[in-house]
Amino acid sequence: MLTADDIHARLDEYLETEFSFIRSDELAPLVLALAPAEQAFVLDWTRRIASTNTELAHQFVRRAPQVLKAQEPRVIEAWALHAMDVYDRAGLRAALEVIQDVERFVRHSHARSAGALFDEVSGVLLHFVHGLAGRPLRLALADTAWTDSETIHLPALLAQLPSGAENFRLYKALAVMQWAQIHHGTLRSALSADFTAWPDAARAQRIYARLETLRLEAIIARALPGLGREMQQLQPDYVAALPVAWQAAARQLQGARSTPAASLALLPSLYDAALPPPRLWQVELYLNEVAACMQARMEREKLLLRVRLAQWLEEQQNKAPADSPPPRLTVREAEDATEAARPVELVLNDAPVAPPEAVVQLLTSIRLDLGAIPDEYLVPAGPGEYDPTLYTEPTDDPDAVWQGTYHERGASYYNEWDHGRQHYRKNWCVMREKEVTAVHDGFVADTLQRYRGLVAHLRRSFEAMRDEERLLKRQVYGDGVDIDALVEALADAHDGSEMSDRLFTRQHRVERDIAVVFMVDMSGSTRGWVNDAEREALLLLCEALEALGDRYAIYGFSGVTRKRCELYRIKRFDEPYGAEVRARISGIRAQDYTRMGFAIRHLTQLLNDTGARTRLLITLSDGKPDDYSDYRGVYGIEDTRRALLEARRSGIHPFCITIDEHGPEYLPHMYGAVNYTLVNEVRQLPLKVADIYRRLTR
Amino acid sequence: MAEITPEEHYITEEPYYEAGGSEVAMFEAAWHNRLPLLLKGPTGCGKTRFMEYMAWRLKRPLITVSCHDDLTASDLVGRYLVKGGETVWVDGPLARAVRAGAICYLDEIVEARKDTMVVIHPLADDRRVLPMEKLGLLLQAGPEFCLAVSYNPGYQSVLKDLKQSTRQRFVALEFDYPAAELEARIVASESGIDAALAATLVKFAHMTRNLKGNGLEEGASTRLLVHAGKLIASGVPPVTACAGAIAQALTDEPEMLAAINELSASLF
Repeated sequence: MLTADDIHARLDEYLETEFSFIRSDELAPLVLALAPAEQAFVLDWTRRIASTNTELAHQFVRRAPQVLKAQEPRVIEAWALHAMDVYDRAGLRAALEVIQDVERFVRHSHARSAGALFDEVSGVLLHFVHGLAGRPLRLALADTAWTDSETIHLPALLAQLPSGAENFRLYKALAVMQWAQIHHGTLRSALSADFTAWPDAARAQRIYARLETLRLEAIIARALPGLGREMQQLQPDYVAALPVAWQAAARQLQGARSTPAASLALLPSLYDAALPPPRLWQVELYLNEVAACMQARMEREKLLLRVRLAQWLEEQQNKAPADSPPPRLTVREAEDATEAARPVELVLNDAPVAPPEAVVQLLTSIRLDLGAIPDEYLVPAGPGEYDPTLYTEPTDDPDAVWQGTYHERGASYYNEWDHGRQHYRKNWCVMREKEVTAVHDGFVADTLQRYRGLVAHLRRSFEAMRDEERLLKRQVYGDGVDIDALVEALADAHDGSEMSDRLFTRQHRVERDIAVVFMVDMSGSTRGWVNDAEREALLLLCEALEALGDRYAIYGFSGVTRKRCELYRIKRFDEPYGAEVRARISGIRAQDYTRMGFAIRHLTQLLNDTGARTRLLITLSDGKPDDYSDYRGVYGIEDTRRALLEARRSGIHPFCITIDEHGPEYLPHMYGAVNYTLVNEVRQLPLKVADIYRRLTR
Repeated sequence: MAEITPEEHYITEEPYYEAGGSEVAMFEAAWHNRLPLLLKGPTGCGKTRFMEYMAWRLKRPLITVSCHDDLTASDLVGRYLVKGGETVWVDGPLARAVRAGAICYLDEIVEARKDTMVVIHPLADDRRVLPMEKLGLLLQAGPEFCLAVSYNPGYQSVLKDLKQSTRQRFVALEFDYPAAELEARIVASESGIDAALAATLVKFAHMTRNLKGNGLEEGASTRLLVHAGKLIASGVPPVTACAGAIAQALTDEPEMLAAINELSASLF
């Protein structure tokens, strides 16, 4: 049971009343009026929110007792977490709006329980759309449903229909509708039609879109009858309720052979009539965006197709006899183009040929944009047109992102654990992979020379651990007869005693299926001799691992604030160890701060992608996690601990090698009591690291 | 039923096989010229059925060995066993095939241990001998003997790639899923469902094949379609049959499963 003074004191502490204008004596009675369990609940959440922002916590504690009367604690938790997420994303003002407008949040949470959320359905929908064939499409979030011919846009929440399952079906219908617009010519015809000839172009376009929806529905019902039935069930009486003129249009458009031209032809007769209400899965047409997207793609794809054809023909040419005629490419359309698996067939000198998959995909995509493959697309590219910058999509240079205006293109996002909040901050870290600049200096040669005795020794001892086939003797079954055992057994049998059945030899293979990532601290504190020792240690380790044959990767990590978390590639899993990797090890330089959570989370993913049976994450570090302002102390340690827990839960063994003599104070908490090693003497690091690895994986 | 050994076993009834290209002529030409064959292609596209068909056509016994990662050279060549106080030599399947002039088909050859190559290499070039190290013998293969191996370039790991020294001994035949109409005919004839349903199943297979590389390792094979078709022919509703025979066989990932089931539900 808390007394008024207790509550007072706690609120003072959480809300830092000493340093602000918040008056805890107004707030304490509100909390005191609650039942003891509710008091604890409100105070706990006040503390958690206060770790994010005290003003937000202040407003929360003002409102929470009132809201608690009408709502379940579960809803309040969701409300508080949502407010903090909004704070992370959009700042204090937006977060305060969430706290103040609690009714709206409650209303939305009802919608949430019955509605379908984009985040929850996008995974399934993306696979679904990929399965439908055609150009590989992307999914993106938008206010309305529309497509630019490459990306399917869907709203964040659909709650029009009473149940979650129906709302999911509506998502599916919207996605398929957009796929059909791309696949069945709606967009292509809309671009060539001149809507500006109408007094109200927007209205004409809207009517066209509605008509197309009727046409595409019928196509979907024919090609995907199951889905067609589902869609009918969502809105069964729609067509019957349409005005007569529209019903007639629907009948005409839903015939088997109707084309977008039919929708355009119907436009004049329906232009003056009232517009009927939209279908549930009506998709918007934004023709300017479509035109821009198509324009860019068509130029790229035309060139790319011609380059690919040239490369492919060259290969074919090498195989063909020298006196064969010059290649002449044409395409042949399949008779029923909508139903055939391959609507176009490439013909080389009158014989149909099977081009590589990449060419087939390009042909499909081009055909979607143009309706056919024009002849000039089939002219193989000449030697001067091989400039790859013309036809590849530009990739972002991770450094250039920081020049000019700030944006987060090309980055991955990672959650971060907020200890005070006891919850994740969503998409908090903006992470980029960068390449370490290779430095070709004398470092590699010097190091290998200095440690040549050790390198030879390491190679020998690591070689001894390789996969080995051992001959097991006296086995119950096996490939060969163990003659020694047999002689003994026969002697036993003559002797009258029982004969052993362990008479065989068998080859036994011990398989090392290990993948390991070395996560190297590149924070500013490693500048100087720590950095030298790290580089030397990595070089010796690589030499040793090459003898062993385990899969390994090396990444350095550093960062300044959550907006600039950087992982430096030193060696990827699939990269051979060679001069380039050595030069990159030589090029490892101390950078900024030690933010660790994002690095662990990203490398966890990479490790799990290898599919190795044993997966190790080894950190080389010189101190506590630390970053500019917010990552100091408990927060950083707890986030790192959380990231390591996540890694462990996915089956990874984390281990830490540190040179921080204070390491034993915090490392057991983060890595567990036995999963770290302290190397007291920095100079010892190169000697120790390989040895520690050998012990770990033996 | 009387016991017969594999080398005495001839395929007497014509197995159902629809040629997708010139593979039958290629195989016959290679066989006449005593060249070994390498069958490439994804799982369930008809490689094994093709071998049965060719064995029937050429009237040779077929000995099939499914290779696994514990398959050693002695598993193929033979070994000493102990019988009544004495050691007795027992031929392995490869040795039996050589002696009988059979067709020996090593399925998924890359799965076998590396030491099996020691016995395959001399058999797969112009020497055509099987070294039987433990007997101190070289077994010369007769003109009818044929070695065929299969290999799926799609899903094997880098560690298990076929070595150049091995692959350059073989005549390669590439297999892929049959063209849509042919595949529908195969599914209909193997499972007994009608042509329209078979065509829809093939359409569904193409959808899953579109997902290859986008979250699926392989699309649905013709074999899986036949399985689903058989279930449907026995009265299982199509969507349930596809979920059990195809979706669950392709993946364990919940989102992918949901998506594949949505695709099949859209089609039927």
